[in-house]
Amino acid sequence: MRFFQHFGGYLLFLSTVFSKPEKWKILWKQIIIEANNIGVGSFNIISLISGFTGAVSTIQIGYQLVSGLVPEYLIGRIVRDSNILEFSPTITCLVLAGKVGSNISSEIGTMKVTEQVDALEIMGVNSSSYVALAKIIAGFFTIPALVVYAMMLSLVGGAISGHLSGIISVEYFVKGLRSDFEAYSVIFCMVKAFTFAFLITSVSSYQGYRTEGGALEVGESSTKAVVYSCMAIIFFDYIISQLMLFR
Amino acid sequence: MIEVKNINKTFGEKHVLKNISASFENGKCNFIIGASGGGKSVLMKCMVGLLTPETGEITFDKRDFVSMDYYQKKDVRKEIGMLFQGTALFDSLNVEDNVAFPLRMFTNWSEEEIIERVNFCLSRVNLSNVNKLFPSNISGGQKKRVGIARAIALQPKYLFCDEPNSGLDPLTSRVIDYLIKEITEEYDICTIINTHDMKSLFEIGDNIAFIYQGQKWWEGNKEGIRDSGNEEFLSFMIASEF
Repeated sequence: MRFFQHFGGYLLFLSTVFSKPEKWKILWKQIIIEANNIGVGSFNIISLISGFTGAVSTIQIGYQLVSGLVPEYLIGRIVRDSNILEFSPTITCLVLAGKVGSNISSEIGTMKVTEQVDALEIMGVNSSSYVALAKIIAGFFTIPALVVYAMMLSLVGGAISGHLSGIISVEYFVKGLRSDFEAYSVIFCMVKAFTFAFLITSVSSYQGYRTEGGALEVGESSTKAVVYSCMAIIFFDYIISQLMLFR
Repeated sequence: MIEVKNINKTFGEKHVLKNISASFENGKCNFIIGASGGGKSVLMKCMVGLLTPETGEITFDKRDFVSMDYYQKKDVRKEIGMLFQGTALFDSLNVEDNVAFPLRMFTNWSEEEIIERVNFCLSRVNLSNVNKLFPSNISGGQKKRVGIARAIALQPKYLFCDEPNSGLDPLTSRVIDYLIKEITEEYDICTIINTHDMKSLFEIGDNIAFIYQGQKWWEGNKEGIRDSGNEEFLSFMIASEF
């Protein structure tokens, strides 16, 4: 019952967020600032995580394919598919749910408990749209860009770790990356990235906006934002995989 | 002029405002006083539209605010300025951008005109050289002044002040009080001040409404306090150690 209550509240929140902004110029400025916070602010952590994800997946796949019957270049192919289809979009977005989601929720939650949201309302500003719309739009474009970057870096990380550990040469790894490549897997990855980006920013904004109380409640909202965003990502990961990979 | 008629507000089983009626005049500092938890903040929130009363009328110069739709309320809200207890300045914006916020949002002025107006409002509240500072870098008294500057930026007809002196030293409190009084008289604003600071009331108060346990117990001016004959009101005055 509570789930439906929250889901209804979330939909109502979205209906007020996606209304005509007061001033397009102000919205545009906010989008640039938020894109910088989300995109540039997450660049280092995404670099670190995606590079190592690719590296570790190469080592683990190499460890499992120690057989003379399996061509070496298959390691590259499996690393490519696993990173494009799953690791890059899902792990990147789970990490961003923690970093960006908690940030969005605590920022809006603090605005709520310190009456800044009330100040917006009294001025005649649509507060939910003002505090959330720019974040959702900025996240919708920067998070998929980070996923593309993570995708590329994970393959580079995989090639480097394969070479350094002597599992597979760079030449064979690249051969594996090129073999039977289907552009559809990138489309699948991007569909996931855009969906997850929307979920992270909108769920976190909603959690922040419904904060009431003080510092303790801001912390609670922040935790809930991360937990619910991660749950939504995992759930939609399954739904999108089912719909797009087994048509 | 703002009038409230027969306002009732409940939260679940709790009847917070019971049939409250009062009127607040232009060019005067109208005080709503009462003990904490008495319902004065709820009354103010109903008046500015943050809460909706179950019954009753709130009229801004004969325009019934409660029955208005979202867009009509929005137009009235552009005529309202509010000074919050905790100032509610936007943390992510500096002082200049805080004061400029309603101007950028609701006017088509050029950036030069906006900055000119911002500087005027800041000078009106006796602040200078703080334009580029963030709220976290200024004192409590300065924050209140910036809050007032933001509230008057759009030349409001109605100014609401929620506990304007809370957390301030007596000297700064007095400065803020007189600033509110000056602005009210100069621009003929209908100012409503929500407080339990009796010193403020005796310094600048014109009209007074005393709210106790969700009901209006007394209404008048400060000259009439002694003769009010209202026991609850007088004991509140005595308890405030004025």
